[in-house]
Amino acid sequence: MKMRVDAAGLAYRGRTASIGFARGPFIRIGSGADRERSPGSPTEEALALREAIQLSSAQIAELAAAAGGEAAQILEFQVALLEDEDFLEPVFATIDHGVPADSAWSSALDEQIADYRSASDEYLQARSSDLTDLRDRVVGILRGSERQPVRIPSGAIVCADDLPPSRFLEIDWSGGGGLALLRGSPTSHVAMLARARGIPMVVQLGSVPDAAVALLDGEGATLELDPSAEQIGPFERRREIHRKSRASARAVLRRPAATWHGERIRLLINIQRVADLEHADAQYADGIGLMRTEFLLAGSDEIPDEETQYRAYDAVLRWAGQRPVTIRTFDAGGDKPVPGFTSDGEANPFLGVRGIRLCLSRPDIFTVQLRALARAAVRGNLKVMFPMVTLAGELEAARKLFAEAVKGLQAEGIGAMLPELGIMVEVPAAALAISDFQAAFFSIGSNDLAQYVLACDRSNGALATLIDPLHPAVLELIARTAEHGRRSGISVSLCGDMAGDPRCIPALLRCGLRELSVNAPALAQIKQAIDLLGGGCGSG
Amino acid sequence: MAVGRTMIGQDMLETSANGPFVTGKVRLEHAVGMHARPAVKLTKLAKRFQAQISIRASEAADWINAKSVAKVMALRAPRNSIIEIKALGEDAQAAVVALVDLVAADFPDVGPS
Repeated sequence: MKMRVDAAGLAYRGRTASIGFARGPFIRIGSGADRERSPGSPTEEALALREAIQLSSAQIAELAAAAGGEAAQILEFQVALLEDEDFLEPVFATIDHGVPADSAWSSALDEQIADYRSASDEYLQARSSDLTDLRDRVVGILRGSERQPVRIPSGAIVCADDLPPSRFLEIDWSGGGGLALLRGSPTSHVAMLARARGIPMVVQLGSVPDAAVALLDGEGATLELDPSAEQIGPFERRREIHRKSRASARAVLRRPAATWHGERIRLLINIQRVADLEHADAQYADGIGLMRTEFLLAGSDEIPDEETQYRAYDAVLRWAGQRPVTIRTFDAGGDKPVPGFTSDGEANPFLGVRGIRLCLSRPDIFTVQLRALARAAVRGNLKVMFPMVTLAGELEAARKLFAEAVKGLQAEGIGAMLPELGIMVEVPAAALAISDFQAAFFSIGSNDLAQYVLACDRSNGALATLIDPLHPAVLELIARTAEHGRRSGISVSLCGDMAGDPRCIPALLRCGLRELSVNAPALAQIKQAIDLLGGGCGSG
Repeated sequence: MAVGRTMIGQDMLETSANGPFVTGKVRLEHAVGMHARPAVKLTKLAKRFQAQISIRASEAADWINAKSVAKVMALRAPRNSIIEIKALGEDAQAAVVALVDLVAADFPDVGPS
């Protein structure tokens, strides 16, 4: 939405997805391979694929000529595959049956990629990255996206239509910066990543022109382009007020533990990657309530091996010392696709093979993670939880695989143990039948729980007003879960965005929750919010 | 300088219901087995011939098209496996000889082709 501030610069208002302020160069990027395309008839689709293959061949040949030597020979393999009629024939047959060219191509390549990845031989496994590259090149051409990556300077305000989480992770945010999305949603996965990194983000800006410099205000949800001095002054003043209020909230962190009506409230942090522990406030947490492990699947083309995973888990356990660390197994699928792992072409990925469903269907990948976790379990206070659990049988199937992994490691003479196992409560059925689960703990994933209870795709910006986590139906399920935990002596925490939203805190405490897990940047504000509710004086 | 034992000749000529096949056998000496570079070279060479050419490794049940790099890679033939080649068509003899030589000579880099 456009609003006029003054004659000098243009200002636009959207919706807040992550608070904070950023001032820097304005960089517009395409949304990359996730762009939608509207498929034509089977004949048109076949033709489109033929053309994309030809263009890819030419591009690769050009790359090979420039690279020469070893690299050229590796690229030759890609060209050979593009000329392999035995390989292409089934792809065209699928298109003939009405499948769009990009999906047909992707699934054929995904099949090959998965096959190479599962090879016992490292050399063959490494070929999967060639195939990933080839898949993305052809799909990129089909979807009309530019191949050359845009260079994003440090501290830039990145503007895109929408942004897939993988693209967010590729950008170097170490120098700050901000995200301005023309569409997008405050409840999307990328918004969650932005909040975790403390990167200001505004969504649903509509359409904006190009500019050299921008001011992004994540609180006021405004984007100002090529601002005048009259705009920069007030912006900097707002930024300063924000900084001061954060500083005063941070003073709360050094005070004793948060309490509410005399009861201790445990505040833990969510981390997306090991480096999140470097946040200055992380040290004040009572532990790690949620360590996501999807970062291990991003960036690299390979699913990381046991050793790489073990090192990541071990680093977090060493950081935590005696404090508990809850690690969640791979939660891929839904809006977090992982090439070669998640299934392509699901009509409703949020209701599809995701979370534990996906892991149980891919024991080859899951077992590697369980082995790494079993080894890490002897190193600290580890708990492991499974996402998207619907039935008690899923928890038991995962427990069985885990126990086998432990046994296997012990037989190899490697130290390993079964950690405490719990589940995410995010499928309404699990919340309603909570007593079915033989879990050591429960962690409520309020983002997905709200999405499923309210029947709202949380990545759909048009539903942003409907997807209210404070809806009585959502609170009812949270309260039931907390009540079950209280009666049976099982700990229940909540690790969704609600926990990091001060407006939700009173309701969550009234529901009976005494353990909340938030992103480190929100820790101070949430502790302050609890202190204000409880009259302040901590007892611990 | 690894040289495979080449076994080809009149005695390997067999006849089947589908017509006369020319066949050859050669040991794969390549250090990493039938991987991307060898597979690309083998399929490129095979495509120069009109003949229908199939290969298999280690007496597997299925013969696969020697002109398909995806299929040749899928053989997953490790080092020291025996590669069997059979060809059908006018230039079948020349094709088998050329392919056996290529494998026996450990996929040498050749000049511009």
